[in-house]
Amino acid sequence: MAIATPEPQQLVDLSSIKTVKQVPYTEYFVSGHRTCQGCESALVMRYIAKAAGPRTVVLGSTGCMYVANTSYYTTPWVVPWMHTQLGSAGSAALGAAAGLKVLMRKGKLADEPINVIAFCGDGGGADMGLSAISAALTHAEYRFLIVLYDNESYANTDIQLSGSTPYGAVTTFSPSGKKRRLMHKRWKKNTPGALVAGHPDAAYIATADAAYGVDFMNKVRKGLASGGPSFIHVLDPCPKGWHYDPQYSHEMGKLAVETGVWSLWEMENHEVRLNGTTKQIAAGRFSRKPVREYLSKQGRFAHFAEEDYEYFQKRVDEQWSSWLIPGVVSFRLEAGTPLNL
Amino acid sequence: MAIAVRRETAAAPLKPLEGEEELLLTGSEAIAHALRLADVDIVAAYPIRPYDAVMQAVAAMIANGQMDCEYIVAEGEHSQFEIVKHASAVGARSFVGSSGVGWFYAFEAIAVTAGLRLPVVANVGNRALDDPGAFGVEHNDALAVRDLGWLMTWVETGQEAFDSAVIAYKVAEDPRVSLPCAVSTDGAFLTHSQHLVKIPPKRIVDQFLPAYNLGDRLFHPDNPITIAPQVDQDWLTEIRKQNDAAMRRAPEVIREAYREYHQLTGRQKEPFIEEYMTDDADYVFVGQGTIAMPGRVIVRRLREQGHKVGFARLKWFRPFPADEVVQRLSRFKGLGIIDRNYSFGSPNYGGVLFTEFRAAFYDSPRRPIMVDFIAGLGGREVTAENGLEMFQILQAGAAGDLDSNVHWIGVRE
Repeated sequence: MAIATPEPQQLVDLSSIKTVKQVPYTEYFVSGHRTCQGCESALVMRYIAKAAGPRTVVLGSTGCMYVANTSYYTTPWVVPWMHTQLGSAGSAALGAAAGLKVLMRKGKLADEPINVIAFCGDGGGADMGLSAISAALTHAEYRFLIVLYDNESYANTDIQLSGSTPYGAVTTFSPSGKKRRLMHKRWKKNTPGALVAGHPDAAYIATADAAYGVDFMNKVRKGLASGGPSFIHVLDPCPKGWHYDPQYSHEMGKLAVETGVWSLWEMENHEVRLNGTTKQIAAGRFSRKPVREYLSKQGRFAHFAEEDYEYFQKRVDEQWSSWLIPGVVSFRLEAGTPLNL
Repeated sequence: MAIAVRRETAAAPLKPLEGEEELLLTGSEAIAHALRLADVDIVAAYPIRPYDAVMQAVAAMIANGQMDCEYIVAEGEHSQFEIVKHASAVGARSFVGSSGVGWFYAFEAIAVTAGLRLPVVANVGNRALDDPGAFGVEHNDALAVRDLGWLMTWVETGQEAFDSAVIAYKVAEDPRVSLPCAVSTDGAFLTHSQHLVKIPPKRIVDQFLPAYNLGDRLFHPDNPITIAPQVDQDWLTEIRKQNDAAMRRAPEVIREAYREYHQLTGRQKEPFIEEYMTDDADYVFVGQGTIAMPGRVIVRRLREQGHKVGFARLKWFRPFPADEVVQRLSRFKGLGIIDRNYSFGSPNYGGVLFTEFRAAFYDSPRRPIMVDFIAGLGGREVTAENGLEMFQILQAGAAGDLDSNVHWIGVRE
């Protein structure tokens, strides 16, 4: 008796996952990596692979999820995986998607949906590769997903600050010494806000948080199902870089959202929608926790004095009180601007 | 010793192939025709003069329905080269290119494309490296990748630009090689000057060039491989050695490709060195690219004065055809290497070609006197007068009357 082999089309399931019980069992990111205990970024990789399924190719920028994940002979990737350069997540996704599209159009490759996913860290995405991601998101005719896993430092190279490192955090490039706090005073770059505001042809842009797995997997599927260029910025607590006990990774991710430091939202069909706890906060059904609850649990803020906490709280309050879209668009319209359009 | 005459220019006029066209084309347009006939799948463009003329020509062909190809305008050269690298990995025949500092902006991507053994073909429209600003030709841009595992060829005419672009895909994609290939065209002198170019019918190119097939290295869900994992000290040596083996196989693959191309088109008999008036020569000038044209003029002028002088043009720089260079050029009294580049602080404070030639001749029992001429930098014309000066220096070198074996030509003091 012939065994029925599913057609490739049947293997691409991008339907919505309602509850954790509906999450597919099959893993496409398995053992064989050597990431740190409590690494949320590795979990994010597992979610990506699970949500996307077997008809997927993954392009991984240099960073933890390259170096710690794919040692020769021990790859955890069941789907094809290829290293790409630190600043190349955008061009990798674009090149692979365009290559597949033209080969299918010209009949050189079987015409079937193939998920193209490129990922990068915050160094690769928010710093070095921002221009390539920005360019990729203007190419509306190609279908791909770029995932920026944000552990808020160049964690692979010894925890150096990136444009995505929060205000005041200690890194090896911003130590708080005996004599001087060589503290970086830049506020964390609002990368997803910048991308959503600046790329009208992007099909799907979202933020996520490793602590909210089902939400993230659904966002991966929505991005891939959007039919165009899509981008997800996911916050991944990092025990090594943030200096906390690895068992609290999930708690740290939840606190980031519950304190309003990080927001969950998605842009779909040119509409921004707040998600989960962020939506609850905006609706007044959940009071934001003080940022101190989040910051004081992390060694990277151990040097914080009272005024640092106050400053941090003030800036987070502004994200909610003064931003055009709370937690999303980091400016507001001048009061009294006529909008009789 | 009988030396075979190796002069393509002396060949009898060829009977045109059925369906062949002869068009007046710039070097850049000639390459675009090669891409059309090679059915290139994807091109990534970014503007920088002078190479971008090829991208303009390709864009026009696609827009006019002459070729079916994805045309992606990148936001910088780094992305440009990364886009084609990844497209090449999924099985698309890819084309890219740059000039001068643009080529350097892509350097990281250029390095890994060779490391990954992806047979991307690039056109380098050779240009001086700013600063100070200069649009004209200098070879330091392309030469900077000489240690990375790219195949590198320099062409002289529009016809050769067309032929070499087709041959480049054949050699680069050959499974025995599988390395990227840079086709260098001198900025302005070739990228923007017109030549009569014979364009063969598509059936000839189809017959010559098999479909691009990465085999078991294809990046596709049906072939779940991990490409470029972290190998560290455990495996890097072995992988470098594999790339070295590929480059060592390249000369024979190049010879085969030229033989086959010559049979089909009657052109491109000589893969590595093209000699001009060398049969009875005592002294021979050596250069790459369009310097051959003034080089031949210089040779004729000197011959009018009774000097036995010839010119040899090096067509491939990587792999460097050391055996052939030594075998064919050691018979002369003196070689005048014309370097349209310079290598600061190199062993002789000379040019790159000079240094390579000296290395190639080290083990040869016959070593001609070698003098290096730094000439034509930034697109400066190399004149017949420069040629007379170079010849006098070369003769003095042969007589042992030189303090230095490197000479800058036409420098205003």
